[in-house]
Amino acid sequence: MDPLRHSPSPSSSRASSPRTLSCERLGYVGIEAVLDQLKIKAMKMGFEFNIMVVGQSGLGKSTMVNTLFKSKIWKSTMPGLRVPMPQTLQLHSVTHVIEENGVKLKLTVTDTPGFGDQINNDKCWDPILGYINEQYERYLQEEILITRQRHIPDTRVHCCIYFVPPTGHCLRPLDLEFLQRLCRAVNVVPVIARADSLTIEEREAFRHRIQDDLKTHSIEVYPQKSFDEDVNDKILNSKIRERIPFAVVGADREHMVNGRCVLGRKMKWGIIEVENMAHCEFPLLRDLLIRSHLQDLKDITHNVHYENYRIIRLKESHALPQGPGWVNLAPAPPPAPTGTRASPGPAKMCRWAEDNSDEDF
Amino acid sequence: MDSLAAPQDRLVEPLLSPRTQAQRRLKDVDKQYVGFATLPNQVHRKSVKKGFDFTLMVAGESGLGKSTLVHSLFLTDLYKERKLLSAEERISQTVEILKHTVDIEEKGVKLKLTIVDTPGFGDAPITDYVDQQFEQYFRDESGLNRKNIQDNRVHCCLYFISPFGHGLRPVDVGFMKALHEKVNIVPLIAKADCLVPGEIRKLKERIREEIDKFGIHVYQFPECDSDEDEDFKQQDRELKESAPFAVIGSNTVVEAKGQRVRGRLYPWGIVEGESRPGAQPLGGKAPVGRWPTHRPPLPAVENQAHCDFVKLRNMLIRTHMHDLKDVTCDVHYENYRAHCIQQMTSPTVWGPTVCGPTVSDPAVRVPTVRGPTVQPYHVRSYCVGSLVCQILLCRVSTCSAGLFSVGPWCGNVFEGLRAASLYLG
Repeated sequence: MDPLRHSPSPSSSRASSPRTLSCERLGYVGIEAVLDQLKIKAMKMGFEFNIMVVGQSGLGKSTMVNTLFKSKIWKSTMPGLRVPMPQTLQLHSVTHVIEENGVKLKLTVTDTPGFGDQINNDKCWDPILGYINEQYERYLQEEILITRQRHIPDTRVHCCIYFVPPTGHCLRPLDLEFLQRLCRAVNVVPVIARADSLTIEEREAFRHRIQDDLKTHSIEVYPQKSFDEDVNDKILNSKIRERIPFAVVGADREHMVNGRCVLGRKMKWGIIEVENMAHCEFPLLRDLLIRSHLQDLKDITHNVHYENYRIIRLKESHALPQGPGWVNLAPAPPPAPTGTRASPGPAKMCRWAEDNSDEDF
Repeated sequence: MDSLAAPQDRLVEPLLSPRTQAQRRLKDVDKQYVGFATLPNQVHRKSVKKGFDFTLMVAGESGLGKSTLVHSLFLTDLYKERKLLSAEERISQTVEILKHTVDIEEKGVKLKLTIVDTPGFGDAPITDYVDQQFEQYFRDESGLNRKNIQDNRVHCCLYFISPFGHGLRPVDVGFMKALHEKVNIVPLIAKADCLVPGEIRKLKERIREEIDKFGIHVYQFPECDSDEDEDFKQQDRELKESAPFAVIGSNTVVEAKGQRVRGRLYPWGIVEGESRPGAQPLGGKAPVGRWPTHRPPLPAVENQAHCDFVKLRNMLIRTHMHDLKDVTCDVHYENYRAHCIQQMTSPTVWGPTVCGPTVSDPAVRVPTVRGPTVQPYHVRSYCVGSLVCQILLCRVSTCSAGLFSVGPWCGNVFEGLRAASLYLG
């Protein structure tokens, strides 16, 4: 006899939970203290956040990172200095632990010098995709260990900021190709870089053209419409989506304006204040990335992108065994070039990875 | 630190009216403030949305007040229609494990509480039950579709020790030893209102000695940090010194001081079973009963000097619920999982394993199996789906249903999982 009997509904099967009872209560139990316990634990453990910045050289990527985190994460290269152009795309990662109000954040920033700088930029996204997949693979290997760590170190890229040069026209073919591929693997936030060369009207027009391009090619950038959980999220995120891509200016020098010290770029005709909403949309980017959606970025990376990757890997490793119990984990294939396809069609994504997704990377 | 709503508002407002907000931004004082200090609040917001779940098991001899204590702890009435069985019915009844689930919501925080009741006695079905939950979770976690995994693992087991004995009985020791590596055990002295304080003290010491003597690993409260304040450290010390807790539960409502509270009515006084509405809930001093001139002092259950009910409730819900879940996930479940995997790789199940040519891809790593039970032969990296397949293969090979031949399963993992799910339902 099955010793397990669910009460009070005898018809419930093993998988479903028994009918929940409503209860009458007197007094206060104190459940909300569990949230405090969670908070204390999170504060003790600290947080991790991994960003990747992608864009051509000279678009202000390093300066932007320094401005975002108000620290010298990277030494930004001054224009005019002789910096040798890298011959191939390289990836540099740097990790810092920054602390604010008792909250520790382990920040890893990955830069991609050489992206889009060559004469022939064909498949310049392959190393980037390879790096992203390599982080997923690392996490997966840790997860399937027999004795695994209590807290698996998370090196997966949570957010990729893509810098669009301020041409004022529309997205270039390179941008489109890159975005199409990467949006399926990681959260991408496109920004219009060096927006101090565009007037407000030019900016708006450029933004609308970019939004149209993204819609035409079915590219879902962060915050993805398909992942809105409830009505509040939808309302908030649709407001954000109206303004993506943000037009940003980065600066790490301070100047005096009306007696205040501000971060900005000093021109002959005025000072562009980075934190001033009338000048540029840097505060929006910062609020999105750090103050309100950081946890959401991590959650989507973990619950969607990583799960998609995991399913693909599990399906791949079904080579015929040499005997019962011998299983072969096929080596991770290099990112399959899908450059032959002109338009891959709408990306199949849903909030939770479905096990019938069969797109290869 | 920003309040919960502030980051959202700050994001939304500028989007609505950039020009007016631009002026506000100029007055923004926190120029040097990056803003990731709101991270705990972001986590907080997500947790409130998702809610929590907790599975509590109560075990011990029948009639020790287990169900009543659960009432008192969570202030619920789970067993309204329970009928007590007569002696004949009890003899013929086998051990049954009953699960009750209740959703509790307080100040917007949702808790899905599952109480696993063990009305009879005997540790084998209970151990099986705990293992089954682990296995279910292992299977879900290793599967392809990991959305909405239900966590039914038992997070805490309250074990009721009879106050009428002189410490632990052999059946208590046997039960706790069977479960101590699988679940967090919190031993309690039940029906403590029949013991005077001196007897309670002696019994506690006796039980603590015997727990050490028999090597039972009960749940250990984590050490508090050195930078905590003195009050907290004092509370933590008191908590550790009062284990095992001597508790009294009550589920009848009595009239005391013009208010209706849960309590136990005796000729010699009323034991108050819960804090009255308006009483300070967390951390504050428990209300002490007033001394009316014509009656002896009222022993209050909430009064910490009389019984440890408050300590137990605070520990279980308000301070250690998350730690109980963490220890279950990080220690007990991981032990089970490692044990399970090692069993699967043992030569007795599969015979000597052929090792193929080593792949030189640096992304593929051989897992290191730590501990004395490392198998002598080289184990290739596992595909987790195949692990599940192997567990299921184990079951098919030991069961003579003959529904499937093992051959076709050795191939495609995905097919194996599909077939297995059909078989196991």
